[in-house]
Amino acid sequence: MDLNIVWFILIAVLYIGYFILEGFDFGVGILLPFLAKDDQRRRVVINTIGPHWDGNEVWLITAGGATFAAFPDWYATLFSGFYLALFLMLIALIVRGVAFEFRSKDENPRWRALWDWMIFIGSLIPALLWGVAFANFVRGVPIDVDMNYVGGFFNLLNWYALLGGLASLAAFTLHGAIYLSLKVEGDLLEGARRAARRLWLPAVAMLFLFVGATYLETDIIEKLGINPGASPIIAAAAILVTGYFLRVQREGWAFIMTSVTIAFSVISFFVLLFPRVLVSSLNPEWSLTIYNAASSPYTLKVMLIVALIFIPIVLAYQGWSYWIFRKRLTVESHLEY
Amino acid sequence: MDPLILARLQFAITTVYHFFFVPLTLGLSIIVAVMETLYVRTGNAAYKQMTKFWGKLFLINFAMGVVTGIVQEFQFGMNWSEYSRMVGDIFGAPLAIEALLAFFLESTFLGIWVFGWDKLSKGLHAGVMWLVAIGSNLSALWILIANSFMQQPVGFVIRNGRAEMDNFFTLALNPNIWEQFPHVLTAGLTTAAFFVLGISAYHLARKHQEDVFRRSFQIAAVVGTLAIFMVTLGGHGQAQHMVETQPMKMAAAEALWKTESPASFSLLTIGDLTQREEVFSIRIPHVLSLLAYNQLEGEVKGIYDLQAAYEEIYGPGDYIPPVAITYWTFRIMVGAGTLMLGLAVWALFMVMGEQIAISPRAQKIFFWAQFLPYAANSAGWILTEVGRTPWVVFGVMRMEDAVSPAVSVGELLFTLIGFTLVYGLLMYADVYLLAKYAKAGIGSDEGLQLDTEDEMPSFVGAHD
Repeated sequence: MDLNIVWFILIAVLYIGYFILEGFDFGVGILLPFLAKDDQRRRVVINTIGPHWDGNEVWLITAGGATFAAFPDWYATLFSGFYLALFLMLIALIVRGVAFEFRSKDENPRWRALWDWMIFIGSLIPALLWGVAFANFVRGVPIDVDMNYVGGFFNLLNWYALLGGLASLAAFTLHGAIYLSLKVEGDLLEGARRAARRLWLPAVAMLFLFVGATYLETDIIEKLGINPGASPIIAAAAILVTGYFLRVQREGWAFIMTSVTIAFSVISFFVLLFPRVLVSSLNPEWSLTIYNAASSPYTLKVMLIVALIFIPIVLAYQGWSYWIFRKRLTVESHLEY
Repeated sequence: MDPLILARLQFAITTVYHFFFVPLTLGLSIIVAVMETLYVRTGNAAYKQMTKFWGKLFLINFAMGVVTGIVQEFQFGMNWSEYSRMVGDIFGAPLAIEALLAFFLESTFLGIWVFGWDKLSKGLHAGVMWLVAIGSNLSALWILIANSFMQQPVGFVIRNGRAEMDNFFTLALNPNIWEQFPHVLTAGLTTAAFFVLGISAYHLARKHQEDVFRRSFQIAAVVGTLAIFMVTLGGHGQAQHMVETQPMKMAAAEALWKTESPASFSLLTIGDLTQREEVFSIRIPHVLSLLAYNQLEGEVKGIYDLQAAYEEIYGPGDYIPPVAITYWTFRIMVGAGTLMLGLAVWALFMVMGEQIAISPRAQKIFFWAQFLPYAANSAGWILTEVGRTPWVVFGVMRMEDAVSPAVSVGELLFTLIGFTLVYGLLMYADVYLLAKYAKAGIGSDEGLQLDTEDEMPSFVGAHD
């Protein structure tokens, strides 16, 4: 296996880590106005992700940095091309991050309501946009011979991509509801369980619709044939089984299953892309691949050594932080946010 | 409108804004870690109250630094895609390492620190704060390694039409980093020290919680004096390094049009610096030579000679940076630094006495002195970056070749206005909260009953 393939896999791993972890952060943020009716409950809900959201977000920063280092042309084309979409995402992540820190630092109800809305919107927009982005990756976007995106903003908002956005939104919201049901007690727990059960069917529907649309809108049949391989089947099976675990109130297993769905959905995207990283809808020859977009073998080797040393360390201490805060939160808990 | 100007303006606004928060994070993380360590060592509850009080201000500031840092990570791709293609092979590496090695560390452990007061032992909790401080400062180190490549490109070869890394250790041990990193690290400590001095002086003048704020003032006076002294020394080293590696930046910072030997230092210039010729200037003979070489003699190249020399090496073109900007930012930075040096020594004299008597005037001075580091930090970066014009990577790539061709003027203008608006509103909220918590001081039972501070309605405005 050459270094380019290893790096392609590593970037997939970073996105998997990001979507599993920040996926439930987004879900919790989206559910905040629906599940928590008073200030104390809203604080409990926010505090379930309080110690973690910032560390979770670094998975995205690292994915961005790793793309820059390993595939500079991918980084350059993607972020200059998906320009306004990325701007929107950045603004959402900015106000959301600040909102967590600021919302409880003033007692004024209007101040708190303002920042709670920022948490909601700041979680909703990225949860939607990530699906839009990944759908466009596999569908293909207008990229010219110089690797420059020539499509404009509205080109990204085609029906297939919007379907992808709804699918990611539904999946992350479900994932967040299940996470919440592992972290709270009392009536909040009841609400989270109810939300998860209600969200399950829409999430299944959106994901299956999206998979179906993928056969119409991408080159999946030429690339992989009718049978797309194991990873989408595992993703689909996991989301189906989630429904069972929700019914028998085994939220731990349900959480593992939505995590599996997210992980294998990302894997499916990357399998469909491989060896391309951005598909040109103008000419297949102009697509960016793990070879024409890559850094030199020396840089890939150096960065691989760095990644193999530090990713396990990061996993270890992030795991430790989840272990420290494993207890459920109640309205009587010490709340920071 | 010129996309290059818009892209540069956007980078300038988002970066200077980001760097309002970074130095305080760098320095205050260390000061809070020191305070908490003192608490663990002595068991004195005053140190715990200090840790919590300054920690809260640290968090408000930290959040702003983090979220604006995300923009920095993606902006090279957004507005500078040709730059990213040209140097991504070598420039992307330190950014990725920064995220992996430093950003994960500070973010994860800060979460543990904030929420972990009653979940970890005292010693472990203080250790976690040290990890936050180490993570933050390591993060600065790797970003500066990336920036050093732009100032003094090393460790690469031009191959396949781009700059490719050929030695990682040469990149990471760039001679420029040894000048730049200590300067930024100590500037961070200075920023934090003046922050602590200003707020402590406010409370000491009102005789609030004197025990806590006297100790805070003492720590900040000692840290601040050491730090600003090292900033000055480090700045001197950096200037000498600049004369060697980017002489045009030094000449522009001095508005030194003609080569001088020995060279004079300009105190003040009256007239239009954009006219590209000598205007009325008060100059002290020999001093620039002294600054450049630590001796009274020695030739410092002027702008005209450097322009001619660069044309010979790099071909025809304009190699002169905007002299008015470099000249005045240099003076703002050095002027603010000198003032801070004096103020820090004054604070040190104050804490040597039995009691710290803060007169209303001293309180006012230390309050306003909080803004000096911000002026110096911003001016320093503007000098460093604008002084490199026309190069984005010195001698390797020009700015006009670096912008994204795929981004339209409309898009650039839209995001420029968008970032500026959102950043402006957030600054308003940030300053509001910082002022509110700084003024409120320490809740009466903080440190004893840690859980109640947010529920106490009298917390805000309880004093004064």
